[in-house]
Amino acid sequence: MDFDTPLFDTALAEAWVRAIAAAVEKEQARLTELDSAIGDGDHGSNLHRGFSAVLAALDDLRPAGSGTVLTKTGSTLISKVGGASGPLYGKAFRAIGAALPDPAGPADVAEALAAGLDAVRALGKAAPGDKTIVDAYTPAVAAFRATAAAGAALPEAAAAAADAAEQGARDTVPLQARKGRASYLGERSIGHQDPGATSTALLFRALADVAAG
Amino acid sequence: MKKLINTPESVLEDALAGVAAAHPELTVDLPNRVITRAARPAAPKVAVISGGGSGHEPLHGGFVGPGMLDAACPGEIFTSPVPDQMLAAAKAVESGAGVVFVVKNYTGDVMNFELAAELAAEEGLAVRTVLVDDDVAVEDSTWTAGRRGTGATVLVEKTIGALAERGAPLDEVAALGERVNAASRSFAIALTAATVPAAGKPGFDLPEDEIEVGVGIHGEPGRRREKLRPARELAAEVVDTILADRHLAPGDEVIALLNGLGATPLLELYIAYGEVAARLAERGITVARSLVGNYVTSLDMAGFSLTLTKADAQLLELWDAPVDTPALKRA
Repeated sequence: MDFDTPLFDTALAEAWVRAIAAAVEKEQARLTELDSAIGDGDHGSNLHRGFSAVLAALDDLRPAGSGTVLTKTGSTLISKVGGASGPLYGKAFRAIGAALPDPAGPADVAEALAAGLDAVRALGKAAPGDKTIVDAYTPAVAAFRATAAAGAALPEAAAAAADAAEQGARDTVPLQARKGRASYLGERSIGHQDPGATSTALLFRALADVAAG
Repeated sequence: MKKLINTPESVLEDALAGVAAAHPELTVDLPNRVITRAARPAAPKVAVISGGGSGHEPLHGGFVGPGMLDAACPGEIFTSPVPDQMLAAAKAVESGAGVVFVVKNYTGDVMNFELAAELAAEEGLAVRTVLVDDDVAVEDSTWTAGRRGTGATVLVEKTIGALAERGAPLDEVAALGERVNAASRSFAIALTAATVPAAGKPGFDLPEDEIEVGVGIHGEPGRRREKLRPARELAAEVVDTILADRHLAPGDEVIALLNGLGATPLLELYIAYGEVAARLAERGITVARSLVGNYVTSLDMAGFSLTLTKADAQLLELWDAPVDTPALKRA
């Protein structure tokens, strides 16, 4: 094994979750603003409450493997967030954690992230184009997988995924929502960026940041 | 924002403490956020449990008591409760005859109750879920999350609560809930937006002379914006919109719920109801029972919703059955 290649290990899993918590705290107001336009304005505060609880849970958890860190993150989100984002992100992290070997290389991480996407789609029954989390998550997984398959290291794959997730989130602006509360607005949901896709982009950017070291 | 609160962060726990202080006939489990009846039913019965985001009071906690709910699970404001709450509620009130979850059709509520039902099933509980989706403002198609659950929730909870109280079996109670939901349609108009305490400002800007038509109960805008008009015209539009869904025909009897969204005085709700009743009479619909007041609110949103449930002898009898809850009492 090439020891210059960073692996996804317990320390990175924890750093990722803590970076998400920090990003959610920093971007809480923006998520809430996006959600006020086409939802009920609580996406930022809900995720903030959830990841605050996750940080407390992680403090009680150590030492644990990377998979356990992420499944515990998921369980805590399910128990503390409510709404749609709690079960969706909760199931995603539980699936990622369950699929992740410790330590994991880029290809393993790609498949674990894909398992998370499958969990989101199974629970939320959303397809790409519905203006949801899936619209950022799907291109992120594709980019991560393609970059990893081309032999790139973890930081590079994670950066590609973050770029793709952010692009995916921006691409939700012209879409009409077909799932979730935004769908009640019909055509009035057009012209707004989806808050769920936006928070998904935050998750992937956080992963890219911690993978870059 | 001018609100009678301590802090935006403590709104739910402070309100639950108030419910506990005001209602010794209820038990409020503050850590688990579950409201149950203080007295256990004398004989085993189907446990009827509901829950949803807070901000819709008296829904659901105000409907806990003999003849209606066994337990309610309040979530954060406008945010569905978490599965742990429903599981705690189910374990607290289940008496061997099974559990019915009454779930309003919102993505988050559906998911959290689904996870709760899985957890309850793992614990050996028999669970049925009744989904309420009565709001005709949302087109029921593959292009939306489906119709929202609104005022019909009160009718479902009242009627299946009455049936469960008599010892009816689980499948019968759940089937009645589905039947009442299928017989119900609702539509709402907002005069002002709601202010979520954590957000600190109204969910949308609405000029003084404009209204949102086809709103939900979570502070989101409606289907379209119109100029404010006299109550007579708004009531007629609401009635006509519901009747356009064709679940009623001239000659039918209905139970009518004229519901305030939180910030409209009862005086105005009665004005609206009078106009609704007149319009229904014009359209050949007979109101067999009516209920006017604030039952499914949206914090401090001004406006009203109308729910029309096609009535029959069984529904009327269950609607009239005794109930003793903070928000609905009938001897």
